[in-house]
Amino acid sequence: MNFTASKQPENCLLGPESDSQRTLYPYVTGTSVVALKYKDGILMAADMGGSYGSTLRYKSVERMKPIGKHSLLGASGEISDFQEILKYLDELILYDNMWDDGNSLGPKEVHNYLTRVMYNRRNKFNPLWNSLVLGGVKKGEKYLGTVSMIGVNFEDNHVATGFGNHLARPILRQEWHENLSFEDGVKLLEKCMRVLLYRDRSAINKLQIAKITEEGMTISPPYSLKTYWEFAAFENPTQGAVGSW
Amino acid sequence: MSSIGTGYDLSVTTFSPDGRVFQIEYAAKAVDNSGTVIGIKCKDGIVLGVEKLIASKMMLPGSNRRIHSVHRHSGMAVAGLAADGRQIVARAKSEATNYQSVYGEPIPVKELAERVASYVHLCTLYWWLRPFGCGIILGGYDRDGPQLYMVEPSGISYRYFGAAIGKGKQAAKTEIEKLKLSEMTCREGVIEVAKISIYKVHDEAKDKAFELEMSWVCDESKQQHQKVPDDLLEEAKVAARTALEEMDAD
Repeated sequence: MNFTASKQPENCLLGPESDSQRTLYPYVTGTSVVALKYKDGILMAADMGGSYGSTLRYKSVERMKPIGKHSLLGASGEISDFQEILKYLDELILYDNMWDDGNSLGPKEVHNYLTRVMYNRRNKFNPLWNSLVLGGVKKGEKYLGTVSMIGVNFEDNHVATGFGNHLARPILRQEWHENLSFEDGVKLLEKCMRVLLYRDRSAINKLQIAKITEEGMTISPPYSLKTYWEFAAFENPTQGAVGSW
Repeated sequence: MSSIGTGYDLSVTTFSPDGRVFQIEYAAKAVDNSGTVIGIKCKDGIVLGVEKLIASKMMLPGSNRRIHSVHRHSGMAVAGLAADGRQIVARAKSEATNYQSVYGEPIPVKELAERVASYVHLCTLYWWLRPFGCGIILGGYDRDGPQLYMVEPSGISYRYFGAAIGKGKQAAKTEIEKLKLSEMTCREGVIEVAKISIYKVHDEAKDKAFELEMSWVCDESKQQHQKVPDDLLEEAKVAARTALEEMDAD
């Protein structure tokens, strides 16, 4: 029996030091993820960069992973938190498989689970610093949703995280339509990713496009987009700039 | 064979003068009254089979699962008190996910068997707990290949290449010993388990209806524990019935 006076547990830091137990800032981050629904399922694109502040430190980070049989998860934000989320989901899918009852968790269920996890962490002021994109197909029904680090979640025909919301979504609003073919979908995603490559400084020119359909998930090997730098405006960029002296 | 342990059999914390703990032996009797459970280790994997005695015609076929996956690479078949078995399976699943969480790899089958065995043994050490009334046959496939373990209510666990528990364990063990397991693939093993051990061992007079439940972990199943595919199971059942008829015809 323990008769000593109750004291703080050994792993608790007192007063101002207790904050180092919560996530305060992200360290290694991924940039935008863009995804859209097309005829057979979902297409998702993300580059392979992991930035350490302003340094493009890691250039082979896979930011999209399959979840179970029916879903695909893409993440931007803190990479270590993404890895933690993958661990939680792995356990979720394992337990689902062990029931062996002919059912399996679909994208809608996984999206809901992630929303609960993200929102609960936010309420404890210890967020998982990610914006997630969850897409998949189950029994012919396509699903595409997103969850942010504060638990904001919704589903739509096309979603994006981070800079993608500002640069890619407007393009998608104009040019997305129902029943895009695979080739058209890829072309549209590449158009969005190209704009992001030009204008987002944490983007790198090494990306993957993942596709998920009723048959399963495939992810392309990493490749680069062709870029064009001969636009007249880029030649002699400071020509019209006004200086202070 | 069974001796009355008058006075020494009231508590699991009491030894008899001849060094036996009767409560544990009584727990083992609960296992002996259950339907036969068999496990064999073939060249490329493990096959588990259960003779599920059907208590009521109202029961839905496919329900009352006796074989459970513990992780992707291993599964266990339970004989004896079903509720006790459920507890052990839950504990094994928890140990397996915990190991994976801490060490980053699927739990080695040996480690899993040790953890299950020490959990079962734990319940034989205190008077306020009772021993589990079930025996476990645990099969898995890890880096060291396919392995088969059996855990008894006493907490003993040994590694086997062929094991049987339950009503027909003696007859089943005799049949298993006749097989050349090291040369058999799991595909052949499934048919043998159905043929020899279940249909041969099943006593038509005492228990009428039964359902055969089988699972495997092998190279063909990509080292994942899963139910034997329906077509192979049907093939096995047909082969078993024919063998039984041939035997009866003699």
